[in-house]
Amino acid sequence: MSSASSLGATSRRAAARTPSALRESSLVSGTLIVLALGFLLLFLFLPLIAVFVEAFRRGFAAYFEAITEPDALAAMRLTLLIAAIAVPLNVVLGVAGAWAVARFEFRGKSVLVSLIDLPFSVSPVIAGLVYVLLFGAQGYFGPWLRANGVEIIFAVPGIVLATMFVTFPFVARELIPHMETLGSTDEEAALTLGASPWRTFFMVTLPNVKWSLLYGVLLCNARAMGEFGAVAVVSGRIRGVTTTMPLHVEILYNEYMGAAAFAVASLLALLALVTLAAKALLEWRYAEEIAATRHTS
Amino acid sequence: MPVSLSIENLDKRFNGVPALRGVSLDVAPAELVALLGPSGSGKTTLLRAIAGLEEPEAGRVLFDGVDSGTLSLRDRRIGFVFQHYALFRHLTVFENIAFGLRARPRAQRPAEAEIRSRVLALLELVQLEGYDRRFPSQLSGGQRQRVALARALAIEPRVLLLDEPFGALDAKVRKDLRRWLRELHARTGNTTLFVTHDQEEALELADRVAILNGGRIEQVGTPDDVLDHPATPFVCEFLGEANRIPVTVSGGSAYFADRPILRGLTQNQSGCASLFVRPQHVHLAEDGPATLPGRVAAVRRHGAHRRLEVAVNGAPKPVELDIASQEPPAPGETVALRIARGHVFSV
Repeated sequence: MSSASSLGATSRRAAARTPSALRESSLVSGTLIVLALGFLLLFLFLPLIAVFVEAFRRGFAAYFEAITEPDALAAMRLTLLIAAIAVPLNVVLGVAGAWAVARFEFRGKSVLVSLIDLPFSVSPVIAGLVYVLLFGAQGYFGPWLRANGVEIIFAVPGIVLATMFVTFPFVARELIPHMETLGSTDEEAALTLGASPWRTFFMVTLPNVKWSLLYGVLLCNARAMGEFGAVAVVSGRIRGVTTTMPLHVEILYNEYMGAAAFAVASLLALLALVTLAAKALLEWRYAEEIAATRHTS
Repeated sequence: MPVSLSIENLDKRFNGVPALRGVSLDVAPAELVALLGPSGSGKTTLLRAIAGLEEPEAGRVLFDGVDSGTLSLRDRRIGFVFQHYALFRHLTVFENIAFGLRARPRAQRPAEAEIRSRVLALLELVQLEGYDRRFPSQLSGGQRQRVALARALAIEPRVLLLDEPFGALDAKVRKDLRRWLRELHARTGNTTLFVTHDQEEALELADRVAILNGGRIEQVGTPDDVLDHPATPFVCEFLGEANRIPVTVSGGSAYFADRPILRGLTQNQSGCASLFVRPQHVHLAEDGPATLPGRVAAVRRHGAHRRLEVAVNGAPKPVELDIASQEPPAPGETVALRIARGHVFSV
């Protein structure tokens, strides 16, 4: 009895103190906000501005020349080609993986989930080296592949494989939690209404997760175009042939062509900004619809 | 045409835990049957097994005598209304209802104009005219429920299955929808099964009630049957409150501590038994031969009535009874109880 009444008194006292408690928390939150903004300014915003400042240091003509030079154009084409192959493949694999994890109970499911995360926890350089070990000239399958005229390492297929490995988690990671919260009753409803499994997938499952899927694709694409480590190992850096944009930037930089390096880098930075803007735009434009599809009932 | 439904010895386990144990049930064409039971009793599993959403380990489900085991979900033509409706949130009300028609193979798919007229007719049936362009998120719970029902009816189902149809609605809407569903069933005449844990709902709506417990059907019967002639102690206790009094039965009478307290038992049994008596079937009486003496332990309000708890020597729990009197006996007073009706189950 006494403990109950003292509890009541405590809560009354707490209630009386609320205004001052609020003031304290506003001080704390203000400090935290300033800290966070300061950090963002120093470590994200300043470098971003620096990239553009450096890119235009020699003037617009030099900038234009740097990004229209044949090797730069080849790097852009290759980067776009890699993304155009790796991203759609990863969408298909990511959806299939997320489907398997979210919809079925099976032995080794937790192992599969960890495997999906593996590319995030492994250094991209290791990912590249693994492919060299498997498909390189001295690798396990290298001699056989060469005998059959298939080139993987130091060629486009190797870059695609390395990029896919590194970017695989993005789509699946976005989809798995969303599909798990949605459950499978919508699909069951479609099936009882007579829809075929394919129709159910395209008319119910996919529309339900389309926003998560789009986020996943945006992030996957940004990383596919920006990947450096894994691609650097498998590409062999043959100028104008197997150099993607990030590799091209590094080569230019190593050759003391700072302005040109930053010019190409600015395109990559622009890609990041466009990705962010697209994400924000989607969230703003379709806020209501996204909320509706995320709503579970 | 309404079809009959036969369930034969269904068995279903989840990870080795039995959910259905040899469940059999026959449903006549156009009948409205409630599957009633506490949570975990297997009622939803049974409904899903009938729909083909769960595959039973053993047993058969027959529609008009034809085994449905080999039929695809499409060919079963089951109208299933999910507990949380499972409306397609990116589609309008119109497209939700049209989904089943559009999903048909090309040869059987109605023309666009016919789809339109069918959907509008269904919207009228569920009293949602003018709502065709809304999205599910713009509807209230009761409206979503009716859209789900219209969507299920659109495929002209052979059997209509409803999982906790009123579970997610507030009390007022529940009552309205309940009456409306009864009328709708009378008009459409679908063979219908619905799952509920609410006995009031089951007894009011259904032609017959199947009471499930622990994956088994304890009793199937009309609401009057299961209420007046419960087959098992579980049914007796599940359908309302009951006092449980240990008795000895002999010669058609139940004796409590050598006192006969209920005569004229039709059940032909003798020996130790439990007598189940509902609070409304216990009355205060003059002390006499066939009464139970006790002392009032507590008096509480119980809705419109007063609830008396009477401690009886030798009974494990106080006997509860309802009285309408404005002047109830005071706690501590000695009273005599007469039992008007009860059910005896041997222990």
